[in-house]
Amino acid sequence: MARRVFITGFGIISAIGNGVEETLASLTERKSGIGQVSFLKTSLSCFPVAEIRTDSDGLARLAGIPLSPVHSRTFLLGLIAAREAVRMSGCEGLCSSMGMIGSTTVAGIDQSDRYYRRLLCGEATHKDKIPSFECADSTELIADFFGITHHVTTISTACSSSANAIMNGARMIKCGVADRMLVGGSDSLSRFSMNGFNALEILSPTGCRPFDNDRNGITPGEGAAFLVLEAEEMVGSRTVYGEVSGYSNCNEAFHQTASLPDGTGAFLSISKALQSASIEASEIDYVNAHGTGTKVNDLSEGRALKTVFGKEMPLFSSTKGYTGHPFAAAGAMEAVFSLLSINHGLVFPNLAFETKMEEVDVVPVTQLCRRPIRRVLSNSFGFGGTDTTLIFSKV
Amino acid sequence: MSKEEELIEELKTQIIDALSLEDITPADIDADAPLFVEGLGLDSIDAIELMLLLERNYGIRIEDPKKRREVLTSVRTMAKLIESKGQVKE
Amino acid sequence: MMQAYINSIGIISPQLTFDGSFLSAPIVHVESQFLMCEEPVYKEFINPVQLRRMSRILKMGLGASSICMDARSDVRPDAIVVGTGLACVSDLEKFLLSIDDNQEKMLSPIPFINSSHNTVGAQIAMMRKLTGYNMTYCHRSFSFESALLDALMLIAEGGVSNTLVGGIDEHTEGFFKIFNLLDFWRKKSVDNLSLFEGSHLGTICGEGAAFFFLEKNRQDGTLAKITDVQTFLKECDASDVKGEMDAFLGRNGLTEVDVDMFVLGRNGDSFGDGIYLDLERLLPESCGIAYYKHLCGEYMTSTSFALWLAAQMLHTQKMPDVIIKNPVSGRQLRRILIYNHHRRKEHSLILVENADL
Repeated sequence: MARRVFITGFGIISAIGNGVEETLASLTERKSGIGQVSFLKTSLSCFPVAEIRTDSDGLARLAGIPLSPVHSRTFLLGLIAAREAVRMSGCEGLCSSMGMIGSTTVAGIDQSDRYYRRLLCGEATHKDKIPSFECADSTELIADFFGITHHVTTISTACSSSANAIMNGARMIKCGVADRMLVGGSDSLSRFSMNGFNALEILSPTGCRPFDNDRNGITPGEGAAFLVLEAEEMVGSRTVYGEVSGYSNCNEAFHQTASLPDGTGAFLSISKALQSASIEASEIDYVNAHGTGTKVNDLSEGRALKTVFGKEMPLFSSTKGYTGHPFAAAGAMEAVFSLLSINHGLVFPNLAFETKMEEVDVVPVTQLCRRPIRRVLSNSFGFGGTDTTLIFSKV
Repeated sequence: MSKEEELIEELKTQIIDALSLEDITPADIDADAPLFVEGLGLDSIDAIELMLLLERNYGIRIEDPKKRREVLTSVRTMAKLIESKGQVKE
Repeated sequence: MMQAYINSIGIISPQLTFDGSFLSAPIVHVESQFLMCEEPVYKEFINPVQLRRMSRILKMGLGASSICMDARSDVRPDAIVVGTGLACVSDLEKFLLSIDDNQEKMLSPIPFINSSHNTVGAQIAMMRKLTGYNMTYCHRSFSFESALLDALMLIAEGGVSNTLVGGIDEHTEGFFKIFNLLDFWRKKSVDNLSLFEGSHLGTICGEGAAFFFLEKNRQDGTLAKITDVQTFLKECDASDVKGEMDAFLGRNGLTEVDVDMFVLGRNGDSFGDGIYLDLERLLPESCGIAYYKHLCGEYMTSTSFALWLAAQMLHTQKMPDVIIKNPVSGRQLRRILIYNHHRRKEHSLILVENADL
């Protein structure tokens, strides 16, 4: 029988709070982190964002380390979340037996945005920033901080990145390659992403409205979340917050940026995850949807949910109305929300929803609900047709 | 060659360049053939690139998705729009 | 035990390898700071309509993976796993610089879309309509090893019977200049075949795309078998590396004397060559030692080139003189261990065996 994978700790930082406690308070009090950009210098300031209103000095203080000019914002966010996760897990003295999978899409983009051109012209003054341009940087700095040496790697699959990090950490434990894994992801707000999504004409001018008929695009966000996963027999008497009980990753093989309009890609991902958990669709109590607020994603995901669950649709919501879309960090952040849902018996509302989509009859939860939650299904779909679904269960 | 035909030839070259249609020459593009689905078989990302072409080269920006689809039907419909906006370069 | 058979390979490298030959063509010999790939005509693999938007790394990836998949044409890949250290860096640079060049106005979305690190894997899936598992690892010199480990796990889990695994990185002018500031490269052109002579800071830059069709079961065309892969992250010396190597072999029921050849990532850079030279002194005198980076240059996923070399040697039992530091004499090549490090901190081990073992 395959080993069970338990979650013994988690940590998060986003526009709705630093740490689990602040995050939970924001979720229950409907406090969205979406607003006008304040730190990022961009001429696209008319677009709302979900920014963490703390500069690098502040982030370094929150991370509990001296500020260094080679530290990227992505790394600092990641370290803050990872430290909370490891502390919660009680694994501080056990890090040498841990592996790590980090994830990011933009890496140290605040550094590359500032210094790349100058370095390209041969200006060597800032060459110490170069390592931060690479995806590996933030993972390795976090691994170094904890003394993690083996099974260290980074996944970069656009918006499904940290969901994949969680899935593959769980797989490594189940395969017996590792006993415990620190898994998650981090991305910072950047002119790169904002301009990229603006060029694709999918930035929301009003703030994202997931699953609403008048939805008009994404709201870029930032943040980080990490989980500590352990094999059941490694946990002892420490607290378990949930189990990674199912997962899947598929590819739409359709288009670089758009999902299959009929939802078959998302349907495949959800179905395979249910299969891997050996459960029926009816056993899911809550779906934390990818729900980015784009015309394309929400329609295809809505159709997929309808096809999978039919008349037995569980409560579902997108939490991106709170956090914006934090890209690589989305999967891990939403994993934290899934665990909060399970541990507190809460379903978080889908903010900014008024009218259901014309094409498909699905209506998300719009008020905070209290009820026992045993199993949560969480979707993360990314550019390149990458679809990942995770299932978390109460233990 | 009429002004419209001249503009069409110019547009064909610009389209080939903007969309990196390496093996295609202006002579291969039928001015009245559909640009999308059939004909050149362009997709939604190409549509964004063509709108950028209109904006950068002719100062024309169209927000309405329905109007965009109409304008981007063929090279000729693009040329007619440019002429109607008085944006043809002398 | 996790293992998989290498049943076909597609490789585009600075040597003439895309035609499936094993160093039978004259070895590419240059005086340069970088080695660039000998490339096929991509139109033979990729629809020209799709080709048009592709940067070079995408073409390399699609080309090499097509060669690999076409050699196992009876079978569709169940999964695709790609390792790439820098991914689509030329698109990333293009978009990044365009932001200021155009004051955040009227930017083309194509380089932004293509800059997503998983684009190579995604394009392979789109080209061949492959809807299975699709993953991209992007962690410097661990990228390819992470992809390999994932592939071994996928096959061991039983959900797939095969996986297409690739390692890919391209040389770009931009990142060459950037890493030059960190003294990664020789300051002057170097004769690649004299890379290991003298003591010099820096090495020769390289690039490549190598894809492997890994399967649970052996086939007629099987080249070799991958038995294990490991990475470790620490600033250490050769004796630490030897310790990790012994532990790695030990968990496979082996010791160093069971390895016939060590393929080492020595690159002629005095910054890191010491570890390789010290390690060689700790290895049995009778074992074979080979180098490969003078043929492909230094890049984050160069161990994919090394794996191709190892698989070919195990399959053909030929050991080209151009790579041999210490020959293997009087015995069959049964087992090869590839060891590489990046900047003395990232270390990786790949164990490859003869398919008959």
